[in-house]
Amino acid sequence: MTEKFDAIVVGAGQAGNAAAYTMAKAGLKVLQIERGEYPGSKNVQGAILYADALEKIIPDFRDDAPLERHLIEQRVWILDDESYVGTTYRSNDFNKPPYNRYTIIRAQFDKWYSKKVQEAGALVICETTVTDLHMDGERVVGVKTDRTGGSVYADVVILADGVNSLLARKAGFHEELKPKDVALAVKEIHFLPESTIESRFNVSGNAGVVIEMAGKITQGMIGTGFLYTNKESLTIGVGCLLSDFKKQGIAPYALLEQMKAHPAIKPLIEGGEMKEYTAHLIPEGGYHAMPPLCGEGWMIAGDAGMFVNGVHREGSNLAMTTGQLAAETVIELKNENKPCTAKHLARYRAKLDASFVMKDLKKYKRLPEIFEKNHQFFTTYPELMNRAAHAMIAVDGVDKKSKERAIRRSFLNARSWKGLMGDAFKLWRAFE
Amino acid sequence: MHIVVCIKQVPDSAQIRVHPVTNTIMRQGVPAIVNPYDLVALEEALRLKDRYQAHVTVLTMGPPQAETALRKALSFGADEAILLTDRAFAGADTLATSYALASAIRQIQKDMPVDLVFAGKQTIDGDTAQVGPGIAVRLGLQMLTYVCKIEALDLEQREITVQRRAEGGVQVLKTRLPALITVLEGINEMRFATMPDMFRAARHPLKVWDKDAAGIEDATRIGLKGSPTVVSKVFAPTPRTQKAEIVQTQSDQPRDQAATLLAKLFTKFPQLRAEIGRRAS
Amino acid sequence: MNDTTASTPPAKKPAGRRKFELDERLKAYKGVWVFIEHERGAAHPVSWELLGEGRKLADKLGVELGAVVPGAPGEDTQKFCAEAFQYGADLCYLIEDPALAEYRNQSYTRALTDLVNKYQPEILLLGATTLGRDLAGSVATTLQTGLTADCTELNIDMENRSLAATRPTFGGSLLCTIVTLNYRPQMATVRPRVMAMPARDETRTGRIVEHPLALVETDIVTKVLEFIPDERRDQANLPFADIIVAGGRGMKRPENFQLIWDLAKVLGAEVGATRPVVQAGWVGADRQVGQSGKTVRPKLYIAVGISGAVQHRVGMEGSDVVIAINQDPNAPIFDFATYGIVGNAMQIVPALTEAFRQHLATAKLAS
Ligand SMILES: Cc1cc2nc3c(=O)[nH]c(=O)nc-3n(C[C@H](O)[C@H](O)[C@H](O)COP(=O)(O)OP(=O)(O)OC[C@H]3O[C@@H](n4cnc5c(N)ncnc54)[C@H](O)[C@@H]3O)c2cc1C
Ligand SMILES: Cc1cc2nc3c(=O)[nH]c(=O)nc-3n(C[C@H](O)[C@H](O)[C@H](O)COP(=O)(O)OP(=O)(O)OC[C@H]3O[C@@H](n4cnc5c(N)ncnc54)[C@H](O)[C@@H]3O)c2cc1C
Ligand SMILES: Nc1ncnc2c1ncn2[C@@H]1O[C@H](COP(=O)(O)O)[C@@H](O)[C@H]1O
Repeated sequence: MTEKFDAIVVGAGQAGNAAAYTMAKAGLKVLQIERGEYPGSKNVQGAILYADALEKIIPDFRDDAPLERHLIEQRVWILDDESYVGTTYRSNDFNKPPYNRYTIIRAQFDKWYSKKVQEAGALVICETTVTDLHMDGERVVGVKTDRTGGSVYADVVILADGVNSLLARKAGFHEELKPKDVALAVKEIHFLPESTIESRFNVSGNAGVVIEMAGKITQGMIGTGFLYTNKESLTIGVGCLLSDFKKQGIAPYALLEQMKAHPAIKPLIEGGEMKEYTAHLIPEGGYHAMPPLCGEGWMIAGDAGMFVNGVHREGSNLAMTTGQLAAETVIELKNENKPCTAKHLARYRAKLDASFVMKDLKKYKRLPEIFEKNHQFFTTYPELMNRAAHAMIAVDGVDKKSKERAIRRSFLNARSWKGLMGDAFKLWRAFE
Repeated sequence: MHIVVCIKQVPDSAQIRVHPVTNTIMRQGVPAIVNPYDLVALEEALRLKDRYQAHVTVLTMGPPQAETALRKALSFGADEAILLTDRAFAGADTLATSYALASAIRQIQKDMPVDLVFAGKQTIDGDTAQVGPGIAVRLGLQMLTYVCKIEALDLEQREITVQRRAEGGVQVLKTRLPALITVLEGINEMRFATMPDMFRAARHPLKVWDKDAAGIEDATRIGLKGSPTVVSKVFAPTPRTQKAEIVQTQSDQPRDQAATLLAKLFTKFPQLRAEIGRRAS
Repeated sequence: MNDTTASTPPAKKPAGRRKFELDERLKAYKGVWVFIEHERGAAHPVSWELLGEGRKLADKLGVELGAVVPGAPGEDTQKFCAEAFQYGADLCYLIEDPALAEYRNQSYTRALTDLVNKYQPEILLLGATTLGRDLAGSVATTLQTGLTADCTELNIDMENRSLAATRPTFGGSLLCTIVTLNYRPQMATVRPRVMAMPARDETRTGRIVEHPLALVETDIVTKVLEFIPDERRDQANLPFADIIVAGGRGMKRPENFQLIWDLAKVLGAEVGATRPVVQAGWVGADRQVGQSGKTVRPKLYIAVGISGAVQHRVGMEGSDVVIAINQDPNAPIFDFATYGIVGNAMQIVPALTEAFRQHLATAKLAS
């Protein structure tokens, strides 16, 4: 078959859907290929949806998208084995529409999104794996699939095939993923009655809470844990760098089990019934690990391009925005009657640079490296902070000044002055 | 020749969990699949299509999402797809389901007479195996259930010969068209759709029929209203607590273990001694 | 329709104790009936099991238990009637006609529906065999009444004299109880060997009510050309096997699977397997037992090197006796097997084969 499309989008995740929707809406002839049984069947996400990115693509998404709860409270916990110190930010501002962040269940959300894509006019083919790119010399001219008669051609191929992006690697656009650049996250969904969730988390209506966790729960590995409230379920998970998992020899599910048993977490999930267990990779290499993003007849969007902001747990929004920008690049070129050559597609890179995507990724570009070389952020400090808090809060006849002195000493014993100063400096530079 | 295949979208029962406290089925996140037995029926129909240039129409009654099941059937090679969907169909049991499907098939007949109707052996959610026979009775079709082989089809004489699974053997039956066939599993293997098939399936316009389009004459006979049976209780089975009696011998020699097992078995279940004796001789 | 399963009873919202008043006309329906299934001169045991269960229901309702015996004249119909009495029937409805010689849906449906319309039973039970399910489906539709398939438990809800039929649903993960509202008779099919075989009382007799078949052979469109008994077919027939020896991934290599075949041969048994074994191509797909394979209910199931995953279990836990052989004392299969041997299958299976062989040899000598 020699059917030809304006664009082929590989993958029906957040990035692929954004790209396919935007192009189809603009009247382009779009083919989207997804290997899962249906869009969302293979996708895992925490999951928090950042409204802003989606709003720019589908302004009225709130009308019918399957949203769980809008978030009005953010907690950050630093845990050691017995305790945590934390901060909470809750604001009624977040409880006024239009809401800014929502929890979603990816399987349902992706189905909805895909319906939108189809309504916009794209041809969506599921249960089909793209096995290779069709090359004409240096140029990508289409894709090959695992089905008979499976070659399809297009002016441009957008690779939105997720973190593993086998395709990009096969075509040599991308080197092998390095274990230090990807986190392995495991996640469970626990079902609880709506009323239990609302009373446990002090929310009502459709409001919800997110808890971000760091510290000894990851056993010295670089990573974080999270807990989100959905309508009738909780999402709980933990992710650490793959390289750390390898080094420590801990099984991800064992880590999650330990985390669930933490005295501060256990009561929150008590009585729930686990419905779903999934593991997924998150690209965390940041700016420095990014592959080339476009070339002759191709662009990369979403996780495939390492577009994840690990510090702020943002991924889906970057995926959507990069998908949208890639799509807009194609639309512009079509309107100007220009071919999708590397030269013209370089506009995609410029659009990325001008957006929050690259700005944020650049801002945190040193962080992965710093964390990688300084595991004390995930071992020593949480413990010290929790002990400090305990010492200050416990009433035991010791005067506060002595307590402060003891705390200072404990920090100094664990890390020298130089170490402490160095750590502070590193963090400051990373976030700067 | 015109063949109608009835397919149903069902939750993948392998992935259904029961809430331990509320005893409710947790269907959220459970993927919907085409009832596996219906794919066997579809493949059998498609093989007839390949041999006799038949026209194959797939028919399903279900929620709008059942569209996915129809598109899958189209990708395998069905020519036409009809989705019966209407709030009024909700809550139907097998009697009401077969009424609705039979009405729809009558409607389909108006465009092109139907020679054969295929249904799965049973569904994996309802497991009743009654919808097929129900359709046959309502449409006055010859009924061939548990068919394990289509031996011959004579379109001139309008006769079909099949092998039908019976207790203790296989009946070879010959009957006249139009007939309804329910198909036993394992008699074929579903084909793999090609890329052009996938394109055709994705683009094919479905016919979506509500109860009027489906020609429902008596609205009291569909959906919950038309269902004689109601579920009065759903509950989780009490797990078997009896654990295996582990055969233990002093020696731990396989020979002794085997002998001890036989002794225990034949003492407690003397009927097995007879059974084995009878079958082995 | 708000879910994908709306068209089957189990998916519906439980109606709870919904009140319903039976039509005056339907109140006339009295009595519990059991369909006596027989082919080639032998009655299917499920018929007797159902009489045992029907007896209890009839006693609770204070009505008679009837057996329906269709067949060709001169066949063993009289014998089946006598047996039905011995297993608890009060009366037999006998329909004799040459057109009933071999089971065919059209003639049997006609026989049964005419009989029901004339004598109006409130409950009609059939075995959930290929014959019973075929017949029940068309009879229920013809009579426009409800039918609950594959029941595992039957009861009377005394509050409104209705049949409460319990059956598994969703791959065995749940049970549901189904009642039939304002329709009669209430029909149910029950799988073989689910109900206990009742004691046989040789002294019991009852009355026979004869009824004609309002159909002649030329009215029947479908003809039986041949019946091929299973012995003549070289094909796995697991669902109907009385003894099954099944092997799992614990057999390690395809060559080792020969041990399973050897044991099966001595026992005159069928060979079954788990999904990984089928997927590895050690045996054909028609031998897979379990959720995506065959459901079996043999008298004896020998599971060798099988862990007992739930998808396998649902296909075989209806077996009367399960013997499990597994190296791992904590394998889930031991949670529901009758007997277990913990050990290496490569040694135990040959020993077991030998033990059975010797047993049979001595049994033969003794006879
Ligand atoms: C546990 C976890 C929690 C997270 N939490 C958050 C969060 O709270 N907020 C947030 O914004 N982000 C979060 N993320 C990140 C976010 O999920 C991803 O960044 C986002 O989903 C990336 O979208 P994508 O479209 O690039 O990739 P994906 O969503 O992975 O989609 C890729 C698609 O391509 C398909 N595909 C792959 N290869 C092929 C092929 N060869 N042929 C055809 N199809 C193919 C796949 O099946 C898949 O559907 C989280 C991630 C994880 C793992
Ligand atoms: C949707 C779905 C449908 C499925 N349908 C089916 C189905 O229909 N049928 C089915 O069977 N499975 C099915 N499965 C697969 C099922 O979940 C299990 O994976 C499968 O039953 C395991 O097969 P097994 O017991 O042979 O292998 P394993 O689970 O690997 O068990 C092997 C066992 O052998 C024991 N063993 C190893 N060596 C020896 C030795 N030398 N001597 C004695 N014992 C030994 C081990 O201790 C172990 O318990 C399905 C799964 C899914 C998800
Ligand atoms: N809602 C439905 N739509 C189309 N076909 C159906 C439907 N329900 C049942 N069937 C068909 O009837 C067969 C038997 O179903 P059941 O009686 O539910 O076991 C199935 O295998 C299908 O072929």
